[in-house]
Amino acid sequence: MDRLDMLEAESIYILREAYKSFGKLGMLWSIGKDSTVMLWLAKKAFFGHCPFPFIHIDTTYKIPEMIRFRDKIAKEYNLDLIVYTNWDAINNGMGPEKGRLVCCKALKTDALQHVIDKYKFEGLIVGVRRDEEGSRSKERIFSERNKDSEWNYTNQPPELWDQFKTDFPKGNHIRVHPILNWTELDIWQYIKRENIPVVDLYFAKNGKRYRSLGCAQCTGQVDSNASTVDEIIEELKHTNINERAGRAQDREDAYAMQKLRKDGYM
Amino acid sequence: MVESKEIFKIVVVGHVDHGKSTVIGRLLYDTKSLPEGAIEKVKRISKETGKPFEYAYLLDAFEEEQKQGITIDTTQIQFHTKKRDYVIIDAPGHVEFLKNMISGAANAEAALLVIDANEGVREQSKRHGYILSLLGIKKVCVLINKMDLIDYSEEKFLDVKSDMDIFLKSINVFPQKYIPVSAFHGENIALRSEKMPWYKGDTVLDALDIFEKDKEITDKPLRLPIQDVYKFDNRRIIAGRIESGVLNVGDEIVIYPSKRTSKIKSIEYWQEKDRTTKAEAGMSVGITLFDEFFYKRGEFITGKSDEAPLVGDTFKANIFWMSENRLTVNKRYKLKLVTQETECEIAAINKVIDASTLFSNDDAKEVNTNEVAEVVIKTKDKICFDEFRNNHVTGRFVIVDGYDISGGGIINGLEILDAANKFIKGNVELQITCFDEYYYLIPSNEIKKVAVERKSYKIGDKLPINGDTYYYPDNFDVVDLNNELSALIRDGRLVDLINLNDYEYKGYPVYSSDGFLANVKNQDDFINFKNDFKKSKYDLVDFANKWYDPMANKRIVYKAV
Repeated sequence: MDRLDMLEAESIYILREAYKSFGKLGMLWSIGKDSTVMLWLAKKAFFGHCPFPFIHIDTTYKIPEMIRFRDKIAKEYNLDLIVYTNWDAINNGMGPEKGRLVCCKALKTDALQHVIDKYKFEGLIVGVRRDEEGSRSKERIFSERNKDSEWNYTNQPPELWDQFKTDFPKGNHIRVHPILNWTELDIWQYIKRENIPVVDLYFAKNGKRYRSLGCAQCTGQVDSNASTVDEIIEELKHTNINERAGRAQDREDAYAMQKLRKDGYM
Repeated sequence: MVESKEIFKIVVVGHVDHGKSTVIGRLLYDTKSLPEGAIEKVKRISKETGKPFEYAYLLDAFEEEQKQGITIDTTQIQFHTKKRDYVIIDAPGHVEFLKNMISGAANAEAALLVIDANEGVREQSKRHGYILSLLGIKKVCVLINKMDLIDYSEEKFLDVKSDMDIFLKSINVFPQKYIPVSAFHGENIALRSEKMPWYKGDTVLDALDIFEKDKEITDKPLRLPIQDVYKFDNRRIIAGRIESGVLNVGDEIVIYPSKRTSKIKSIEYWQEKDRTTKAEAGMSVGITLFDEFFYKRGEFITGKSDEAPLVGDTFKANIFWMSENRLTVNKRYKLKLVTQETECEIAAINKVIDASTLFSNDDAKEVNTNEVAEVVIKTKDKICFDEFRNNHVTGRFVIVDGYDISGGGIINGLEILDAANKFIKGNVELQITCFDEYYYLIPSNEIKKVAVERKSYKIGDKLPINGDTYYYPDNFDVVDLNNELSALIRDGRLVDLINLNDYEYKGYPVYSSDGFLANVKNQDDFINFKNDFKKSKYDLVDFANKWYDPMANKRIVYKAV
């Protein structure tokens, strides 16, 4: 088995453990490359079926191509898709100009919390990867959140030999991270190997492309001429630029992501 | 064509402040594996916190870790050599984060054990060495770090090496190499050091490439523990990961523990390109069988000609305990072994070992945080497993206490428990449980028989005729109808052990070997009692209800678990 075979087998094992362990399970789908690969892995794990709902937290600030891609794929794959927007916050004028961390909390973290409360999810599958950012690098595969979605990162439970945490007090839930051990390069090599459709924004136009997708206002493009999957793979082998360099919220504070994630950010 | 190399996972362990994170940080820096801005970010953090520059900050990503200069939790980071891709696992050195160290180390195939040349072998150097041996990590390389602090002295290097070697050999760890390094200055990490011309061996980077990956997992007997059974469409698919061995469509298989047999009909797939007739260890597959019976999560699918897994409810194990709540006998835990889950309890603690001193306590009644122990575990249901030395994956398990994974362990073999105490005369044995206690346990609110310490009594031995929950007279007889033996007890001592055919009722009360009073008042009663037993072999409940008074000489006492 080569590297991609091993990662695929591990992710499928994790997805199946999650499906077996939690009565109410959902998968977050941000429409980006990582969670789209995860969606593909779920189709493989369950032989073309997706036995749980997909959740898109729509901040209303997403790039329009993303929404078009979302609706197309959801229809093609016949997904049970939950789209949720924190309209209370939007109607009260929430937006990036209020401060990026404040905005992320209201439109992503709080929105997610509302979805968890509404559907009573016991498990949420999330497409974070260790190599994206420091606090994600320290995650467990099955990671507990309390009833307020808070992450106690200084006292995480042991995780040995794929024996995941599946016992937790009522009200808490588990974040499941099936692609935690993948790198950005793995993701693109897998996209190539499996021929997985991804949103067009990743491919360079006029010398620029998106490497990481988020809200329109807070996500910048990087200089690049990589307009095919092959060219992206080649670019990533030689780049020294951080994947999230285009993401504004990370620059607000050296520990911005850690702070956001402690309170329930993905 | 996508090039994809093999992955090799290495954990870096050792005592606190001996330089684990620095070794990794330097390895990444020297191999140019860091993204742009990573070093600048670390420099900025050093400036903001007023602390000297640390490569360790590259991995210690949490604010608390950087501000306090400690590693709290394990992390993984990847880098590549020409030979292969590496996942380097950083593990905390502080004893209070041992559970995080174990979480990291459990995933590794090989280990770098870092020792400060100046401080020498310390508590966690030993504890981590011991944990590696328990986890079955045999590929170990010792880095003697901070050579700059001892003027790159070969003599001192050899001293530390010798100390560590003696310790590691005593726990059956045989390091492949000892490498003198200065991680902070990059000596012998990726590049050879000019400061230590006396050292002719490999750099750390070269040493990594020399570690050989285990290949034999596909050569072992097939073990496919059932993870789940899916019926999304007209297929009934058994899903699971092949933990060892190989399977082919058409292979004859046996499912344990039920021992039902069948044949593999298909390996299922979603994308046409994944169609195959063969699968091997490591793959997460879905198969269908020719015979459709009830398959259950946890059962093992193995090849018909393969060696069978062990099946049983009692086994010997070495465990490490990570919880703040002590591990005790006669408390219920959950055991998870591959995809099996069952209730279990610790039937016996044979030995508790302090992993940092190797001090061993044979009389321990419980296991404390961070201790290692040899125990006997009894599961509620029979489970399938292998001895750890034969198969790592199917030979290891975790123990869940309440909501938390609290301990991990490896199986050393099936155990046939001596269920009871014994009366012994020569080579004749009468097994007894009459000195076990019956407690009403709080908070589980149940009556439970609790076995006393296993012990054998010889003729003339004084017996514990008064316990917490029973009180026998000074003179009585114990009869074992099954094994046709009888024990005579006079003045609280065992005086004889005889064949039941030679037994005569002498007016002393008669008890079963479980300590239940038999309604026998004379020799005729005794004959009827004996004959009734022979007739009622298949209905012991009626026999017992007719002849025994279970509560005579017993009382139930409350006890906290």
